[in-house]
Amino acid sequence: MKDLNTTAEIKSAAHQDLKHDSAIKQVQGRADYTDDILEPAGTLHAYLGVSTVAHANIRGMDLSRVRSAPGVVDVLTADDIPGVNDVSPTGKHDEPVFPTEKVEFHGQPLFAVIAESRDAARRAAELADIDYEVLPHALDAISARDAGMPMVTDPLKLERGDVETGLAEAPHRVQGRVTVGGQDHMYLEGHIAFAIPGEDDDVIVHCSTQHPSEAQHMVSHVLGVPSNAVVVNVRRMGGGFGGKESQMNLFCAVAALGAKKLNRPVKIRPDRDQDMTATGKRHDFVIDYDLGFDGEGRIQAVDSQFAARCGYSSDLSGPVTDRALFHADNAYFYPHVRLTSCPQKTNTVSNTAFRGFGGPQGVVAAERMIEEIAYALGKDPLEVRKANFYGQPGDGRTLTPYHQEVEDNVIGRIVEELEESSDYQARRAAIIADNAKGGIIRRGIALTPVKFGISFTATWYNQAGALIHIYNDGSIHLNHGGTEMGQGLNTKVAQVVAEAFQVDFDRIKITKTTTEKVPNTSATAASSGSDLNGMAALDACEQIKTRLVKFAAESRGVAESAVSFGPNHIRIGDELVEFATFIREAYMARVHLSAAGFYKTPKIHWDRAAGKGRPFYYYAYGASCSEVAIDTLTGEYRVERTDILHDVGRSLNPILDKGQVEGAFIQGMGWLTTEELWWDDAGRLRTHAPSTYKIPLASDRPRSFNVKLADWSENREMTIKRSKAVGEPPFMLGISVLEALSMAVASVADYRECPRLEAPATPERVLMAVERLKAGG
Amino acid sequence: MAQEHQIRFLLNGEEKRIADVKATLTLLDYLRLDQRLTGSKEGCAEGDCGACTVLVGRLHQGQLHYETVNACIRFLASLNGCHIVTVEHLSGPEGRLHPVQQAMVDYHGSQCGFCTPGFVMSLYALWMGNPEPSMQQVETAIQGNLCRCTGYEPIVKAAMAVTQYGTPAHDHLTRERQAVTAQLIALQPKARITTGPEDDRAILPKDVADLAQVLAENPKATIVAGSTDVGLWVTKLMRPISPVVFITHLEELKSVALTDDALTIGAGVTYSESEAAIREAFPHLGEYWDRIAGWQVRNMGTIGGNIANGSPIGDTPPVLIALGAEVMLQSTRGTRILPLEDFFIDYGKQDREAGDFVAAIRIPRSQPGQIDAAYKISKRRDEDISSVAAGISVTITDGIVTAARLAFGGMAATPKRAAHAEAALVGQPFTAATFDAAAKALTQDFTPLSDWRASADYRITVTANLLRRFYLEQDSTQDAPVRLAIA
Repeated sequence: MKDLNTTAEIKSAAHQDLKHDSAIKQVQGRADYTDDILEPAGTLHAYLGVSTVAHANIRGMDLSRVRSAPGVVDVLTADDIPGVNDVSPTGKHDEPVFPTEKVEFHGQPLFAVIAESRDAARRAAELADIDYEVLPHALDAISARDAGMPMVTDPLKLERGDVETGLAEAPHRVQGRVTVGGQDHMYLEGHIAFAIPGEDDDVIVHCSTQHPSEAQHMVSHVLGVPSNAVVVNVRRMGGGFGGKESQMNLFCAVAALGAKKLNRPVKIRPDRDQDMTATGKRHDFVIDYDLGFDGEGRIQAVDSQFAARCGYSSDLSGPVTDRALFHADNAYFYPHVRLTSCPQKTNTVSNTAFRGFGGPQGVVAAERMIEEIAYALGKDPLEVRKANFYGQPGDGRTLTPYHQEVEDNVIGRIVEELEESSDYQARRAAIIADNAKGGIIRRGIALTPVKFGISFTATWYNQAGALIHIYNDGSIHLNHGGTEMGQGLNTKVAQVVAEAFQVDFDRIKITKTTTEKVPNTSATAASSGSDLNGMAALDACEQIKTRLVKFAAESRGVAESAVSFGPNHIRIGDELVEFATFIREAYMARVHLSAAGFYKTPKIHWDRAAGKGRPFYYYAYGASCSEVAIDTLTGEYRVERTDILHDVGRSLNPILDKGQVEGAFIQGMGWLTTEELWWDDAGRLRTHAPSTYKIPLASDRPRSFNVKLADWSENREMTIKRSKAVGEPPFMLGISVLEALSMAVASVADYRECPRLEAPATPERVLMAVERLKAGG
Repeated sequence: MAQEHQIRFLLNGEEKRIADVKATLTLLDYLRLDQRLTGSKEGCAEGDCGACTVLVGRLHQGQLHYETVNACIRFLASLNGCHIVTVEHLSGPEGRLHPVQQAMVDYHGSQCGFCTPGFVMSLYALWMGNPEPSMQQVETAIQGNLCRCTGYEPIVKAAMAVTQYGTPAHDHLTRERQAVTAQLIALQPKARITTGPEDDRAILPKDVADLAQVLAENPKATIVAGSTDVGLWVTKLMRPISPVVFITHLEELKSVALTDDALTIGAGVTYSESEAAIREAFPHLGEYWDRIAGWQVRNMGTIGGNIANGSPIGDTPPVLIALGAEVMLQSTRGTRILPLEDFFIDYGKQDREAGDFVAAIRIPRSQPGQIDAAYKISKRRDEDISSVAAGISVTITDGIVTAARLAFGGMAATPKRAAHAEAALVGQPFTAATFDAAAKALTQDFTPLSDWRASADYRITVTANLLRRFYLEQDSTQDAPVRLAIA
């Protein structure tokens, strides 16, 4: 028997810092993305032809010049669709692959060219002669609502208490409006799908998607074949952020359609401009609020309407606008509240999921209301925030507008610790003193909290599967339904498996996500990847372990309680057996070494019609404190310092979680500062590539950036290793930058007036707000 | 006349000779589609994200220089006689990671990984030239690289730690420098190169005289220097540009001459190549220069191209016009010199006659009493196109403004001087009131447009405030800073 070191720990168990499993390949350019997969001989390339007007009846489409262009093999239109001409993710049938009667936004896909090269397809796609009967269009939520356009889906109302009386009896009352901009995902890898036809109805689609099962179901729906004919694979994405939750459906459908029609592989990859104009973004919102509060700044009642630019179809706008309402309280208790959504149809691309899924827009509205109170009463906004935090069970201040009890509130401790570690009070006093000198450069500081509900609000999405094989050489194959887009999900799930079997991480092979191995998966979204898939993988491990323990006990004639898994070995009574040796033994004894694991989140339920339930399993918390400097002559600004304390429960991998927190903060900051979507009057998006759409650069980082995880936190619910989700919650930490900018602006009118700085707070908006305040509002 | 028809270069460790190279074949398509070197990624195809960053080594006065470029908008035909180094060339034998790669792994600099090869290449170039960079130097080196996942913190930390993993002296590009130099010398063309099909023809003139000849023969040719704008005509607009005349290999257009009177910059000189002389002669342009695009684009783009292109939002024309720069145009007919402001006639229309090419820019040095400033306003501080760019040169004699040249970009169809505002300054005392009057006069000079970069309102307001800032910066009674510090 080998000499086994039984005291050593396994490499890379749960809760340890471990590098991303693909890091070494990524730095070498050897990590394959969909466009890097070797193309079989005969591969063709598709490109979308799009509309050049925002709203019109299609009188006719003459594609003869497209068809006769050099290199063109075929042109796909709605007539080529054997199944259903629809890729709407919620089954509303309002999102055709190719419309036949009506164009509903500028840049809407109308047909696809298939050619011998991508270049040929792209050039040919420009040659269509479309006869439009142009109709009036409305681009934003308010003008569309005013024009009588419908909502894309049923609105939601959340109500608790007596809002009218609450408002009427409140000592102070403020009404206002805040507009919050949209955001392009700007994942570095754009959309792509690559379909390879097989025998019978079969087709394999490699693509960059957060939701392989939906892509599979959409392809089968469009092709008119059963789902079992379609395989969707994704090894990794070059970023997703929600932009690949439903928006790849069209590309997958087109590639598969072409591949089956022509019986040749077909790849489709839009260029960045088409990616940005033809696929959805974060919803921008216009939020009206009516707010009652007392002299201490305590909120009495809130009545608020959330109008969102949804675009021409529903896509995910229903759940997105729902989630805006779910987070319109942020971390604050509203005694009387009524929140209503208006998922407004517009003649723009259909907006979609984006990290936070409507939640961040709700939180911005909550923070604006806090600001209104603070400026009305001449208080520090932080004091108002603290006065309104949810309480602890039993104190009567724990019920959300959707009637869920907040049972795990740690925002008080988070904020208190951050206030201390960031030296908030002293710095704020110094800034106020400095601003009082009346200089050109003004500074602001803000400390903002985040409370974010974890679970898909579509309750049935909260399920996951995993598949684990142990081969008879002791190597482990891990597969689960989640997708890897950079967040380190595969690494975390593999850590869970390594810990379960007490083996080194290297023994586990992480494999591509495929609908062949785990069926009916949910999107890797809602921050749920590790929570769901980690638990499913653990379930699979436990099944195999149970069989192994039984076999071990029987083989040595000891009790099952005498069998345990140690670092890279099994202890059976007094005997230690090396893991691979033991697995070989188990195989020879015909022990089943494969298991499919499953998990569904407990406790949750949601009655949308009643606006009541427990949509969230638990909440994640965090807070950030940012200091900014603005130039009151130009509106230019700089983030001087940001301190963050964020709650991820007992982190599965602290270094990866820290990476998520840092990245989310910067992305959230970008959303609220320089990332501006701008449509011209014709409805054409003019910020359609990184040359015109400005995400943060390294030099936009806070000059001093201190990020800490709340290492004392542990999820009170039985989540995977007591960790908490991390993907979305820290996105909202970026709001501290907007609030700090707002304070700096407010200084020019001696903080007498709420600046009502709109997001994104571009240098232009900052300067214009300064000018407005200087001129007396 | 003898001509060559092949493009020859080194790709990583291999010499390539390719006949019939289309003028518009981008380096990135060549790498990914022809060579299946898929480490370099396409993120934007417009030189703004850096995912395609590779190194190009080229000879300049016999010396081998490596610099980062955006492969997505660089045309392969322009790389004759160069050494192209891609991410695939970095790892050592047995796949051992390069110090830059190891630092990126250890500091968790990759998440989705799509931007990572581009960052690795930018950091590689930085480390080669500056193994122990400051944080600001790191940020400047990666201005042209976007990351949407990490928030950059771990990448910057990795960049600052690379030196602990190895020194450039042991790097293989350093060790092979002599051999590569010799190989590249052997690859230099002896004659004009003409290659590619009729409708996508690339021409590399032998020298400047030959350039004049080529343009006389092909007056409608597209002259391409850094391809930082023309590249987008191809990748974004799919515009036919044949025949294309490439000029960056012409050493005669690469001269930078600084005398007591003036700085003269050849039309083929890139922003990076002119940086040292610009900083020396015009210190006020130092910070401004760092804000022109990203590093890759500064390594490719030329001041000549920025001018010849005629854009109303080019970064250099306003600041050069303010300094009284002249442009030298050359053709087979000879040379003519005109004030830069006169070169810009209208939107898309420059004073460039058939066969003319921009040969050089001459920028007179500042006179005693002359105060110069350059301001750029953009939505994002770095790597953004200006909403407004301003060049201000004012001469003060005994407390009186005796001369003023105010030039602005983004305010009209061309880079343009503000005649009314200048008139409001000249002859007046150097006071806040004078500059306030000039600021107000700007509305007579400009009626800017509203677009996605800025509204007309903002453009006018901020431009007026830039005049006020200029005064405040000279006002010794100001003890508080009047603009944001960089570092």
